[in-house]
Amino acid sequence: MTLLNVKRTPGRVGWQAGPVGGVLRPRLAMVVLGALALAAAALAGSVSLGQFTIPFADVLAALTGTGSEDAALIVLELRLPRALTGLLVGCAFGLAGALFQAVTRNPLASPDLIGVSAGASAGGVAAILIGGVTAAGAGSYEAVPIGALAGALAASAVIYVMAWRGGTITGYRFVLVGLGVHGVLGALTSWLLARADIDQASRAMVWLTGSLNGRGFEHSWWAGIALAVVVPVVLALSRPYQLLQYGEDTALGLGVPVHRARMILLLAGVVLAAIATAAAGPVSFVALAAPQIAKRLAGTASVPLLASGCVGAALLLGADLAARLVFEPIELPVGVVTGAVGAPYLMWLLLRANRLGTGG
Amino acid sequence: MAALTGKDLTLRYGERTVASGLDLDLPSGKVSVLVGPNACGKSTALRALSRLLTPSAGSVLLDGSPVRDLPAREFALRLALLPQAPIAPDGITVRDLVARGRTPHQRWWRQWSGADESIVDRALAATGATELGERTLDELSGGQRQRVWIAMALAQDTEVLLLDEPTTYLDLGYQVDVLELVTELNREHGTTIVMVLHDLNQACRYADHLVAMRAGEVVAAGRPSEVVTPELVRDVFELDCQVMTCPVAGTPIVIPVGRVKHTAGEVHKGSAKSVTHLTKAP
Repeated sequence: MTLLNVKRTPGRVGWQAGPVGGVLRPRLAMVVLGALALAAAALAGSVSLGQFTIPFADVLAALTGTGSEDAALIVLELRLPRALTGLLVGCAFGLAGALFQAVTRNPLASPDLIGVSAGASAGGVAAILIGGVTAAGAGSYEAVPIGALAGALAASAVIYVMAWRGGTITGYRFVLVGLGVHGVLGALTSWLLARADIDQASRAMVWLTGSLNGRGFEHSWWAGIALAVVVPVVLALSRPYQLLQYGEDTALGLGVPVHRARMILLLAGVVLAAIATAAAGPVSFVALAAPQIAKRLAGTASVPLLASGCVGAALLLGADLAARLVFEPIELPVGVVTGAVGAPYLMWLLLRANRLGTGG
Repeated sequence: MAALTGKDLTLRYGERTVASGLDLDLPSGKVSVLVGPNACGKSTALRALSRLLTPSAGSVLLDGSPVRDLPAREFALRLALLPQAPIAPDGITVRDLVARGRTPHQRWWRQWSGADESIVDRALAATGATELGERTLDELSGGQRQRVWIAMALAQDTEVLLLDEPTTYLDLGYQVDVLELVTELNREHGTTIVMVLHDLNQACRYADHLVAMRAGEVVAAGRPSEVVTPELVRDVFELDCQVMTCPVAGTPIVIPVGRVKHTAGEVHKGSAKSVTHLTKAP
């Protein structure tokens, strides 16, 4: 393997080994590895820490089926599925945010703001109300993710169809239509809540804030399958993904199939956001902040894809851990923490960038 | 070397027809310049030639074969385009941007190579942008930025280069700079150049082949010294002018006659008088 230009441009090292070659960005790689390490630490913390702290050795024993039954119950039934759901959902939110922001060339385009999460919210709340969840009843809690998924997909389909014009979808139009759909669905959700009785409404509010409480393996399965299907598609389009962040004419001039790539990537973002929201509720801010945090930490000009997913996973899981531990035994919905911690952090990054004069 | 031809093109934006029955013949290995008044369809024609706009009828031929049949990547290997207002993400470094020009040469397993590296070096050197490599695009002046975009098009390493108003927003020094650079590229590598220019005198000076357009039609095409006449300029720009010969390049220079008749002395006197008058008034 030959490194082509280490001395001149240490931030962007080209390498070639025979017919294979690529570009290594050390700082971006560090961000990916760092975020993965953080996510792994949060995962370990999530299964080990809590009201009953289980030493890590016992966690491993439980995982291999050699530990005590109590530990196995807590680890395998309660904490691990929840932590895995958090990990995968965070990753899906991070990727979805990166996809929307890159394709629309708009840092504010995130599923929280352009209608996808609003669709999931309306669907989820409708499931909570119509599904006949009683004051006591977790009986039809199962219906909530399905309602949310249906709501997110329906909203996305409406946005997609309405944004479609002249055989293609432009990022700008997608965002505008999404904002409109977001407004309508927000009104619908409020109307549903106003009709609900107090128990249903409070249950719905917790879900609307975004929570990982009580998530089982079925939730992580959903998110896992979505990621397993979508991530390879997105990676195969990683160069169009990069070049969509340039002008359309520039990308077309470089032979990028702009229209097809944009539609597939937006669809991928929609699917990821819908599944993630169905599993954890419309957790605020992860999809918006993770790509921007990843971009600033890595110092890249464009929104990095994989790093956004990794940062999203670390962010959501870390936030969930904090949500469980900080006010123990009272548990906060994770959405409260992502909003309360993620937002100031992003603002700090922005302020620091401006002070250093490196711009937005 | 490659010649670019448009045959019987109908060009539309939605319902609006910009040109119909347009024939363009741009010779191989030459610098061709499209000129004409605003909205005459010259930029639209360039978009059609570069496949950014699909003609509603007719076809664009590259060396005699229809470009519509070429896969996008293969087309990008043969023809590069510098759009009028290219956009890149904020904060991108010059070298990173120029490297994007290699995109059509790359494969998923070979996203970079030693050849890419040296071609990017060469493109930066040719545009005098080597020193700018590590700067970010938003730190550069307009002229430097345009050089960098041209470097990116050069890195694409194509037989044909299309430039849509490459001198817009640049001051005179940079305009000449960019035009000289493009001409050198043509002379040294035989690259077929097609550009849209606003300044008729610059077009006359740098074009081997001038195409004058009005209302979606070609009014005249050929060597500037043969086609540029007062009649043509009146016809195309609705402007009365005298055509003289450039003392430096021997190419035609167009000097507008204008409506206000004056000599330098009279203007001076007249304005001085009115200034005095104004200052005396209470």
